[in-house]
Amino acid sequence: MGKRIGGIAGIWYDDHELVVAAAKVRDAGFVKFDSVTPFPVHGLEEAMGIRRSMIPWVTFFAGLIGGCSGLFMEYWIAAVDWPLNIGGKPFFSVPAFIPVTFELTILFAALCSVGALFVMCGLPKIDPPIIDRDLTSHKFAIFIPEDDKGYDAAKVESLMKQLGAKEVKKIAEY
Amino acid sequence: MSLSQRKPLILGDKTYADITNDICEPVETLPTKRWFGLFSGAGLLFLCYIGVIAMVVAIGIGLLGVNHPIGWGTMIVTFVFWIGIGHAGTLISAVLFLFRQKWRTSVARSAEAMTVFAVMTAGLFPLMHTGRPWLDYWLMPYPNQRGPLWVNFRSPLLWDVFAVSTYATVSMVFWYIGMVPDFATIRDRAKNKIRRLIYGIASLGWRGSARNWSHYEMLYLLLAGLSTPLVLSVHTIVSFDFAVSMLPGWHSTIFPPYFVAGAIFSGFGMVVTLLTLVRIGYPKFKDYITIDHMEVMNKIIMTTGMMVGYAYASEFFIAWYSGNKIEQFTFANRAFGPYWWSYWIMVSCNVIFPQLFWFKKIRRSIPIMFVISILVNVGMWFERFVITVTSLHRDFLPSNWGMYAWSRYDTGILVGSFGMFFTIFLIYLRVFPAISIAEIKPMLYVGKSKPHPNSSGGHHG
Repeated sequence: MGKRIGGIAGIWYDDHELVVAAAKVRDAGFVKFDSVTPFPVHGLEEAMGIRRSMIPWVTFFAGLIGGCSGLFMEYWIAAVDWPLNIGGKPFFSVPAFIPVTFELTILFAALCSVGALFVMCGLPKIDPPIIDRDLTSHKFAIFIPEDDKGYDAAKVESLMKQLGAKEVKKIAEY
Repeated sequence: MSLSQRKPLILGDKTYADITNDICEPVETLPTKRWFGLFSGAGLLFLCYIGVIAMVVAIGIGLLGVNHPIGWGTMIVTFVFWIGIGHAGTLISAVLFLFRQKWRTSVARSAEAMTVFAVMTAGLFPLMHTGRPWLDYWLMPYPNQRGPLWVNFRSPLLWDVFAVSTYATVSMVFWYIGMVPDFATIRDRAKNKIRRLIYGIASLGWRGSARNWSHYEMLYLLLAGLSTPLVLSVHTIVSFDFAVSMLPGWHSTIFPPYFVAGAIFSGFGMVVTLLTLVRIGYPKFKDYITIDHMEVMNKIIMTTGMMVGYAYASEFFIAWYSGNKIEQFTFANRAFGPYWWSYWIMVSCNVIFPQLFWFKKIRRSIPIMFVISILVNVGMWFERFVITVTSLHRDFLPSNWGMYAWSRYDTGILVGSFGMFFTIFLIYLRVFPAISIAEIKPMLYVGKSKPHPNSSGGHHG
């Protein structure tokens, strides 16, 4: 994320048209372009060539860490630091330690996954520039930044129009 | 309903912009008189509740009916009741999401809000039940100066601390993450500066970039996948509070599935109660939360009601089949002892009345489902009362028998908790988008043909 950059945005009024247009923009050789949609549009990821999110790896390892550290904490507390004979049960009573281990697995996995979303999406963004206020309601946009491969303002504008964009806007910063 | 074409999930000829307008309207307009009426009623009850809690905390837990032999009373009964209510919300938002049940989108937001508020309401009870709530941080394992002194990880009560706090955290996060794009919608529509600022902060600066949506959808799926085993574990662990003890009537292996089924049953009861009210309050929402949605939920109520009925029958059978005299006595005492009335309220509300949903007319009748959904919750509160109180009040030794000394503070705690729940829920209805705007839009053309400008015909699965 980081610095804000200018570019050109085309706005469509229909999600299906946007998917078709996104595929064409990709075919035209652009790689850094982005779409802005009010809801996750079915098929757009494939059309834009977005790779599968890495968050599942975070979830997996966070869960692993959460579970292991939970079990270790219970072991250390109940068998090392404060071994207490409770009803003659072993100090390290694994079956009884499963619930807490399980809950900590889920807790770590869930919170770290949310953290991963924040990192990957650069959230929270403070006062981000908005291309059009209706893009969170019923309009759909494709934004091509000016540092993208083969960017040429005139060419991009005509490409957008050719792909059926209802509005084409020059954006100072995105 | 033909097999090839499913019924539309959203009624009326709507566009994406209409959906945004309809759902944002309650957030952007002043509340109606009816809302104020309900809110002042609930708020007053909530204030009384705070008063009762203050007295119970200041004077002591002895104000309630708990005493020997019944050491677990209204607090624990009502705790299990509210935790159970929460479960339907997670079931709708997470489990039905994993099963790709599209109808869930209309009701998921409110059901999840219900979960969060029900868990908040529930969470107070065990904290107060400790009797000295200012020492509740002792429940957590933390290094301290009292020598090596730690919590006991072999105790189901401690498992409960972890289960309920994890459940509260994860369901709150799941609910909030679901609302982030909708907050962005409200922010972008806001004409008022303060509203734009507040919803702008709440939206975390979400813009709806496709690259962000890709991560977002993955996270949503993962959270749904994590919440599913979590919700099953929570009521399982709540049932362990009882099942791991040695008390006849509690010491039972059927408890975990029985509790989970009961939780889903009561939760759906509460969802139906709340959504019938939401439909009355916001007539526009009737296009989103349709009679079809209500009918599906009534079917679930009937099914889980039968599962609960099966569990009641099975408990009796096992008590008889075990040949254990004390076990047999406990169950005979439940149905025919001094608390017979609570048992039969439970059976009639949970097993008999939901059977009316076999009839399609009744399944689709708003007034009847409203009444049945309330009866379900009455029945489920009594189920927890039956389990807790009737098992404790007559155990092994007749010299150890007694009755629960219900006091007016018990009534205050029970009734007041509804004040807290409804106050928060009513605020939610005015402040948060009560249907997921971003999630429901892809459902617009389910069961309809899409009027496409370039005539590519109906699609969208």
